[in-house]
Order: sequence, then C-alpha cells, then structure tokens
Amino acid sequence: MAESNKRMRVEILRFDPDKDEVPRSQEYEIPVQEDWKVLDAINYIKDEVDPTVSHRWSCRMAVCGSCGMMVNGEPKLTCKTSLSDYEGSIKIEPLANFPIVRDLVVDMDGFMDKFRKVKPWIVRAKERAEDMENLSEKGTYSQSPAELATFKQFSMCINCLLCYAACPVIANEPDFIGPAAIALGHRYNLDSRDEGDRGRNEIFRGEGTVFSCSFANECSEVCPKNVDPAAAVNQAKLAAVVDWAKGLILPREGA
Amino acid sequence: MVQVSRHDIVIVGGGGAGLRAAIAAAEANPDLSVALVSKVYPMRSHTVSAEGGAAAIARDDDSLELHGFDTVKGSDFLGDQDVIEYFVEHAPRELALLENWGCPWSRNDDGTVATRAFGGMSTKRTWYATDKVGFHMLHSLFQQSMRYDNIVRYDEYFVSKLLVEDGACQGVAALEIRTGEFHAILGRSVILATGGAGKIFPFTTNGTIKTGDGMALAYRAGVALKDMEFVQYHPTGLPGTGILITEAARGEGGFLRNNKDERFLVEYDYGVGDKAELGPRDMVSRAIIKEFEAGRGFENRYGSYCVVDLRHLGEEHINAKLPFVRELAKTYMGVDPVHEYIPIRPVVHYMMGGVDTDINAATDLPGLYAAGEVACGSLNGANRLGSNSLTECLVFGAVAARSALDFARGASDGDSARLVAQVEEEAARVNALRGNGKGNEHVSALRTEMNSTMEAGCGVYRHQDTMQVAADETRNIRQRVADLHLKDTSKVFNTELISALELQNMVELAEVLALGAVHRKESRGAHTCRDYPTRDDQNYLYHTLAHRTEDGPRLGRKEVNLGHWEPQERKY
Repeated sequence: MAESNKRMRVEILRFDPDKDEVPRSQEYEIPVQEDWKVLDAINYIKDEVDPTVSHRWSCRMAVCGSCGMMVNGEPKLTCKTSLSDYEGSIKIEPLANFPIVRDLVVDMDGFMDKFRKVKPWIVRAKERAEDMENLSEKGTYSQSPAELATFKQFSMCINCLLCYAACPVIANEPDFIGPAAIALGHRYNLDSRDEGDRGRNEIFRGEGTVFSCSFANECSEVCPKNVDPAAAVNQAKLAAVVDWAKGLILPREGA
Repeated sequence: MVQVSRHDIVIVGGGGAGLRAAIAAAEANPDLSVALVSKVYPMRSHTVSAEGGAAAIARDDDSLELHGFDTVKGSDFLGDQDVIEYFVEHAPRELALLENWGCPWSRNDDGTVATRAFGGMSTKRTWYATDKVGFHMLHSLFQQSMRYDNIVRYDEYFVSKLLVEDGACQGVAALEIRTGEFHAILGRSVILATGGAGKIFPFTTNGTIKTGDGMALAYRAGVALKDMEFVQYHPTGLPGTGILITEAARGEGGFLRNNKDERFLVEYDYGVGDKAELGPRDMVSRAIIKEFEAGRGFENRYGSYCVVDLRHLGEEHINAKLPFVRELAKTYMGVDPVHEYIPIRPVVHYMMGGVDTDINAATDLPGLYAAGEVACGSLNGANRLGSNSLTECLVFGAVAARSALDFARGASDGDSARLVAQVEEEAARVNALRGNGKGNEHVSALRTEMNSTMEAGCGVYRHQDTMQVAADETRNIRQRVADLHLKDTSKVFNTELISALELQNMVELAEVLALGAVHRKESRGAHTCRDYPTRDDQNYLYHTLAHRTEDGPRLGRKEVNLGHWEPQERKY
C-alpha cells in the first residue's frame, strides 16, 4: 500500500468518570491516508497510539448506526465522513444532547425509551389467526408498490442519533420524543398493513411530541440516510390534528 | 459484587437469529421471562449489513425439491439433507411472518412480494427489500420484539462464559460494558445467536463485532465446533475496505469483467456453465483469483481486482433495485456505477462452520442451543448459497426457541450459589486482565499477526504447506494470547478489555480453522487445495469436529446426513 506523508492533528474529547471530574481534550498527531474516513483516524489512534480511547463502531459501511459523533461541532456518521473534507486538524466529540458515558460513547437509554413509546410495530385489530381473510394463501398482506412508497423513506432510519444531536428542541427540552422516534411512528401510520394510527396519533398529541417541534429542519439536514424526519414530523402533526377533529365528529370504535 | 438475575431462557446475541428466537419464545408463553443479551444494541448487529435478500420458494415455477437440491448441490454435498429439507419447507412461512411484522419487502405490481435471481438458485426465489434486506429484516424484528414485555434486554453486555452445572448449561457470565460489573444471568436453557467470526481475517465484509464469541463460548464449554475450515469468500468486496457489493448486483443483471473487458465467466470455463455471473460464490471467487493469476486483473494500491459492470442496467433500474450499491460505490470507492465499473475482489464473508448442532438446533451440551451463523446444522455444508443465511436465522432461530422451551419446561432452577461462584471466578479472571501492565503482547499487534497468518494460509486457494504454517502459527498465537498487556484500567466502557476478550475468542477459532483445513486433503466447496484439487467422497464425506483440549483442538468426525439426493459431480 502506498504510504502518504500527510499528517493530521486530531483532538478527541476524553472523559472517564472513574478519573475525570469534567471532560478534557486530548490531541494526537497521526499519519493519515487520503481515502480515510474520520472513523479510520479514530481507529488508528485506538490501535497504534492510545488504546484507552473509547468509541462505538461496527459495520464501517453506514448502516449499523453506531459511530455517530460530533466532528468539528457537527453531528456526523464518522464511517461515512471523509477525512479529506477537513484541513490540518479535526475535533471529535461525543454526540451533543446526550449524557456522556465515556470519551466518545453516549448514554442512549433515553432514546431507546422514546423509540418504544411510538409503538414501532404493525398493529392489527385482529390477531393473525383471525385475520386470514386479509392474508394471501402465502400468508402475506397485499401491498402495492405505491403503498410501499408512501412509507419506505421513513423506514430507512439507522438510529444513528445524529438528528437528536442536531435538534434545537431537545437541547432545551430533553424529554422531547425527537425526530427519529416520530418518523418511525409515522412510518407505521403510513403503512397500508397497519391499523394502529389512532393510538399513535393520541401519543403524538401528548406532551413533548410533534407539537414541541419548532420545525428548525436541522434533523433532516444532518440525516445521513435522507430519511427527512422533519417531513415526517410535519405530516404527523397534520395527521394528529385531522384524527383529533374526526374524533369530535365520529364516535370512537369501542370507546 | 456479582448481580444475579433469573430467567427461563437466556439468548446471547440480538441479530436476526437471536431476535427471532426471542419473539418465538415470548410469543409461546407471556409468563416466561426471556433474556436477550448482546454486546451491542440489537439494531447494531451484523444482520444489518446483509444486502441482497432472503430465500424461500414463492413462484409457481419453483418447488421445495428444487430449493432443496440447489442447496445440497451448493453445499457440495456436505449439507445435512434432513436439515435442508426442514429449512426449505419452513422458509416461506418465516418470510411471510416477517412481512406481517412490517418488513418492507419490494413488491410486484399486483401487490405480491417480489423475488429476484441469486447465485446457484434455479429460479427467482430471493425475497428482497431493495438492496438493504438485512437492515430491514433486523429493524422489523427488533421493533416487533418491543411488543413483548417478557423480553428483558441486556444491551451492551459481553458474555464471557457459559455456566455449566450438573452437566447442563444454566446461564451466562456477562460483563456489563458500561459499568465493568459482572452479572450472573441465569436460565434453564441458553441459545447462542452471536453470528460468525469473519474478523479472524484481515479482509472481510464483516463488521468489527464479528469475533466468533459464541463459537468460542461453546468450544470452551466442551461443545464441538464443526466444519470450521469452510470459509466463504464473497466474490465482490470493495478493495481496501472489504465492503460488500451484493450478489444482487449480478442477480439484477450485472456483469463481471477483467482488464481485457471480457466477461470471463462466459469466455473461460470456470465450471459455472450457463449460470455465468450467477454461479455459486465459491466458484466465482476462484474464477476471479484465476483471472488475477492469468494477468487479467486490474491493479491499484490495494492489489489486484476485477470489476462489476452495471452500466447497461441504466440509472432508473439501479436506483430502483440497487440504491445502496450505488451509495456504497460512490462513498467508499468514488465511482458511480451508472457510468463506471465497480472494482471488486473476493473477500471473507461467512463461516459455513460453527457450533455443532442438529436439526433441533441442539448442541451436545444439554440446555445449550445455537442458531444462525454461529451454528452449523449443517444447512450450508461446504459452501452456502447466497440468500439462504438470512432465512436460516429465522427458521432456526424459531426452532432453537422451541427446543429451548421444551428443555426449560423439564429442567429445574440450578443451584444459584454454585452458578454465582462460577461468575465470581470469571470476574476475577477478567478483572486481572483489565489494565494488566505485566503482559508482553499487545491486542492490536497480535490481532494483526493472526489476521496475516490466516490470510496467507487459509485463502481462496490453499496448499498443505501454507495451511500447516497457519496451523503452527495460530497455535503459537493462541498460547501467547494469555500474556496480553493492557493499558486501560477503567471499569467504564473499557473497549480495550472487550477487544482483548474478543481476541482470546478469535485465536481459538483460528487454530481450529487452520487445523481443520490442513487435515482435509481434498477440494470441496469453499475449501480448495491446490495439491488436492478434487473432491474425495471416499475419504472425506464427513463433517470435521473439533473438541478443545489444553494442548489444542482434537479433531473428530461426524457423519453427513444424506437423504434422497445422491452425491454427484458438481458442475453447472
């Protein structure tokens, strides 16, 4: 492999609750290759310079969602971000708006709770065994390519949390359920196989959900998968209002 | 201080097989408690990286017989035919269940699920969700699993030991990565679903978490590993990174070309016949290496490569069917497949071998089950067909849950005191390793040495001499891994410690793999010896077993379960 002579200064935020009162910054000067991603630089430091740096990563192909970090102050998927986009030096920190566990690792418990709140699964009025008239002989529901297209984009979220790090609402209101969770709930509401939209709309009308969004659009700008969570939030707002209005006119089933 | 929790079933691994098992167990009885333990959050599991699809018959021109025979033939007749028959029969229902649970399968205009062509498959039977099938399956399963209150997740817990008492597996010792504390997670049966071990090799499609942990756990607990010498090289990985370019690129009509712009699978005889680009992976990978040797490869800083040509498919088709391939090629290779060739070379992708299991996903250790890539049933024999493995996770994840439930029903809770004492002992071992400044070996250096050894000795083409070197060196590396020098003394999210534990797992497997390879003096499926170029059914139509001893692996044999498909010459 051809060696490049290029070197770079990498500043990493360090925090070990066993030893540090507050986070500190540590600088490394390392040789870099022109085709490296930001993650490659962190891995080089971990393997060759300082094995005590802690970070999460796995697939290094932008699909497992593990390696989101702040790079020069912006939320980035580090395995997808080219090092050559930065000149001379680079500063890497854990994702904003999350508590730090250690170094570049954040605490995502809160996110996992929010994620589950939107009931991210297909809800049917009937159990599968009683639903046979709606299933084909092969046991599948029918769904046209057009029906699939209505929600497909919102099913592409890799849970990398960049949108939470970018969201100005979460910065002030940590309980805000957040862009990815709303996009996911909305994804199921749009799915022709799902019958759970009323329940989710009720959740969306609750405190700290769609109506907390100030529509800053930061979430969609940082999304590495073009999910466009801001569009999902906006659509979900409208749907939640329409559903509420319908509820005023029509009696709820089973209510 | 060890924390103790008790469940009915403990599942290790939260990818396709682990989640499927968890859902099956949770569904069977809401009063059961199911522990799902994983070293990563489930949606980070490597199932997420699978691209091309999942196989199950769906069309009128297809049959169980055809899917079964394709799989048997693909396995070079080393697959167990009872397992294969069970698999093809239950595959369609499992993929339909995934559909019911929200998986966004791509559709035909009439609203039915679409299928695509895949290597070694006689007809279109690979279900797909564009080219991010593993991602969609994993997320659908994970989201579905959240319905069940009786699935108790232990996210980011590293299982370092199986707890065996009174001759049965009764739980696991798990390191909570965030705190550095040990937990005794007890259950009346345990399912391993930890995936493969591609990271034994330097150049692999596998994510960094694929370190064969479950295989090593079972091996240390006395269970045999089976057929570890069979390593699948996927024909099309990006040079440098090893990132997967899915077989669906060829399934959708892409060509492979050499530096003379020839479709070499058509121009030269590589045994794939009319299948050409849709030949099975072992044969296509060998063809690419032969092209390099004939001087018909391209060269760049990462060595030789051939190319995938998608240009004739057109932008619309590529965007509709292969959007992820386009994204990956652009982001990681700087080429746009709409207009340019994608450089590729064979890359370690999948372990056909694994923990020795039977048709019930049961191991020889009572109470221990395994499913998915960690297991070797054996569905895949000497070579797996693309798109069988995602379905395998579902079919045998469900089987493992059923078997584990049956066992748990008849088992009683073990002696907590003795189980906890085992965990305390394990905690002491791991605590001594953490920040151990006395050792002489460094994790990343020893890992690199293991990687280079395996690449040199156990590549696409193998030779007795080089395999023997690999066997000797991996034995040496396995002995040295006890003497690791670690720097990080922190208990909190100590990834150096986790890497050390993973390396201790991988070196055991590397040794088994190399030793199994050197013993098998024939060429079968993915195991290709230059000095023994033909299959030898007379002497080697059996599974290789490896049991652990203090002096290294002890090899043994297990009969192949042959059924109505007689072994025959494998050509297409």
